[in-house]
Amino acid sequence: MKNKFVKAIVAIAMGSALFISCKPKNSGDAVSGDAAQKAYVAPGKYDEFYNFVSGGFSGQMSVYGLPSGRLFRVIPVFSVDPEKGYGYNEETKPMLNTSHGFVPWDDLHHTEMSQTNGEVDGRWVFGNANNTPRIARIDLKTFTTKEIIELPNSAGNHSSPFITENTEYVVAGTRFSVPPDNSNGDVPINTYKQNFKGHLSFVKVGKEGQMDIAFQIQCPGVNFDLSHAGKGKSHGWFFFSCYNTEQANTLLEVNASQKDKDFIMAVNWKKAEEYIKAGKGKLTPTKYAHNVYNESTHTATSEIKTKVLILDSKELKDICYMIPCPKSPHGCDVDPTGEYIVGSGKLAALIPVFSFDKLISAIKNKQFEGEYDGIPVIKYEAALHGEVQKPGLGPLHTEFDGKGNAYTTFFVSSEVVKWDIKSLKVLDRVPTYYSVGHLCIPGGDSKKPFGKYLIAYNKITKDRYLPTGPELAQSAQIFDISGDKMQLILDFPTIGEPHYAQAAPADLIRNNGQLKFYKLEDNKHPFVTKGEKETKVVRNGKRIDVYMTCIRSHFSPDNIEGIKMGDEVYFHITNLEQDWDVPHGFAIKGSSNAELLIMPGETATLKWNPDRLGMFPFYCTDFCSALHQEMQGYIRVSPTGSSVPITYSLGTNLPAPTQK
Amino acid sequence: MKTQKISLLSKVLLLLVSALFAGSLFVPMWRIELEAPQYPEGLVLQLFANKIGGDVDIINGLNHYIGMATLHTENFPEFKILPVVFGVFALVSLLLVFINKRKGVKIFLITYAVFILLAAADFYRWNYEYGHNLNPDAAIKVPGMAYQPPLLGYKQLLNFGAYSIPDTGGWLMTGAAILLLFIVVKEYNLFQKK
Repeated sequence: MKNKFVKAIVAIAMGSALFISCKPKNSGDAVSGDAAQKAYVAPGKYDEFYNFVSGGFSGQMSVYGLPSGRLFRVIPVFSVDPEKGYGYNEETKPMLNTSHGFVPWDDLHHTEMSQTNGEVDGRWVFGNANNTPRIARIDLKTFTTKEIIELPNSAGNHSSPFITENTEYVVAGTRFSVPPDNSNGDVPINTYKQNFKGHLSFVKVGKEGQMDIAFQIQCPGVNFDLSHAGKGKSHGWFFFSCYNTEQANTLLEVNASQKDKDFIMAVNWKKAEEYIKAGKGKLTPTKYAHNVYNESTHTATSEIKTKVLILDSKELKDICYMIPCPKSPHGCDVDPTGEYIVGSGKLAALIPVFSFDKLISAIKNKQFEGEYDGIPVIKYEAALHGEVQKPGLGPLHTEFDGKGNAYTTFFVSSEVVKWDIKSLKVLDRVPTYYSVGHLCIPGGDSKKPFGKYLIAYNKITKDRYLPTGPELAQSAQIFDISGDKMQLILDFPTIGEPHYAQAAPADLIRNNGQLKFYKLEDNKHPFVTKGEKETKVVRNGKRIDVYMTCIRSHFSPDNIEGIKMGDEVYFHITNLEQDWDVPHGFAIKGSSNAELLIMPGETATLKWNPDRLGMFPFYCTDFCSALHQEMQGYIRVSPTGSSVPITYSLGTNLPAPTQK
Repeated sequence: MKTQKISLLSKVLLLLVSALFAGSLFVPMWRIELEAPQYPEGLVLQLFANKIGGDVDIINGLNHYIGMATLHTENFPEFKILPVVFGVFALVSLLLVFINKRKGVKIFLITYAVFILLAAADFYRWNYEYGHNLNPDAAIKVPGMAYQPPLLGYKQLLNFGAYSIPDTGGWLMTGAAILLLFIVVKEYNLFQKK
């Protein structure tokens, strides 16, 4: 009896041990021995790649080094940034102007670097605004936002800012279909099917990067999700994934998940260009802002445009074709050869891969299964190269290594799966921690990927880092993909929420003619002060213009009197330094504005409305020199109607009267 | 008297000397390199025959901390004189080919040597002047500290290491000196044992 009891206990204990040992290993075990060595970049050494990561709901773009995961800079794009004065100083306020007026925040989802011949060229990186639809262009010589264009007839610019192989166009597709801008939008929401339209925008990019909406294609009301341009043989085509082809306007999680297949829409933009030449476009009234930052005046201007050229996809039959794609497709990725188009149904348990050659022959032979709201629908099998079977659950995005392999992220099963594009065989899989969204391989959506690292951008981190209350860090994980097996080498937290990211070899950007400082002699700011002798304070009614300079380690002037209550004071501050890495900051007590951060040779303007009488100190906020703490000054504010004259000085109390 | 004339080789070398003098009009003669933790890429002050070059503005900006006077080409009469001197040296070298007398070369070599000594003395004087004549209101005052750069070689000045060395023009002029010396030695048969 006793013996049996002991035996039973032992059996239970052993059974439990067996059971526990069957439990998947925890994430710590996924890191193998030489991981640290592979991700280690010694102090003072440079990373191999720049990584431009979308900031998601921060509205900004962050710049990391790979493989170290070190953060170098957060570039303000769609959200105000008090740290840099972006959206606070007078010069950059117009950058955030829209047809709705000044919009201080947005949601940046995707980054895309400019390309030449299908290869990343290191000139610019684009970003999309997902809420108030816009595209921004960031100059990689200065790592600053140079241009923002708003997109009319759109809401939720998600399938953007993807580009063609010579940066001819950067595109946008509306996530929300909405009634067009020139129609009456005051209609019942449940008239979606009649009144709502989806617009795709093709924004022309000029030699100097200047953006201009060339045309929009009006499409049926669905949700456009992601896109990628054809390349090589498929150059001239663009592919957009679309869901909610059920055209639901409420409870989309159920109502937009009814159909077995939605679509990837293939757009022949070369054909669209022909139609425009033939005068088939309709110039339609609308309103959108186009904001440009001028580097020589250090000032942005905003222009409201009032017309856009529209092509109707229903009328012009051979621009758009629908390819059926299972289960609400999300990612829409084209391999480096331009032959294979990978659709990722977010609820699917397989990955369909379409062939461009087959698509063209299907169009030629009219292998259609019908029409969707006037657009021909190609037979699924006619365009299909094949399906990757049982890859995982919930495929989202795919990138390529240039060696014939594709890498797809799976949100639901939280993993990255490597598979062979031609044979469609699964080759390897690694877990991610946790629920990966986008992934990035340097050059991974171009003709020339640099297949050394893969970065997974995760939505959930739970137990990965020290906890920080209810809101936890989001993260990126770097895998070495140079071998047959993917190897996790590092993970690091990111700012905001990382969606798509792009990366390029460091030398491509480092040697692109990086600007070290702005030349003072080229500064054409209307309120520039090119030397301390030119500093002045000018009253014009209630408006005061302070022409101020800064250089290590003083402002000129640093004593200002004669400012009165009710005045509107503009500090136009020029940084006289002509050397690298010597910005000066400017902050004034009680200001309801932010600080200024002024680069060498730059002029920036802070608007200030004094709110009380008395003495207002100001100082330099960027530790500029050994005497940075001495870099300060005072402004005296007197009552309205006071007889204190305007005086200003540096290093002397004259001509200001000294009083007891 | 025959031996007082100079050989064909020496004439060719004199042409070369003339070219070296002419060339040194266009390249910096001397350089003072400065290195500090804040300037890992280094700063350089270059002295041309007719101007100060390199990172003058940045160095002037830094020097205000220690109260050193700012450097401006127009404050140095040398930059007006030196181009003339070099031009004359180039012409004289050329003329010596036609004058064709070894004594001429000897006198020129001596003149040149005297010039170099004078130039070095002048350079030292300016270095001393700038290193010692400091504004008493300067932010950084280190008792007993002077900031005179070395005439030649390395010296630590607070957080800056200063290297004073010939630049391209300096080496061209050194070449000229060596060639002139060679000509004199050769023409006076100093190679042959007596």
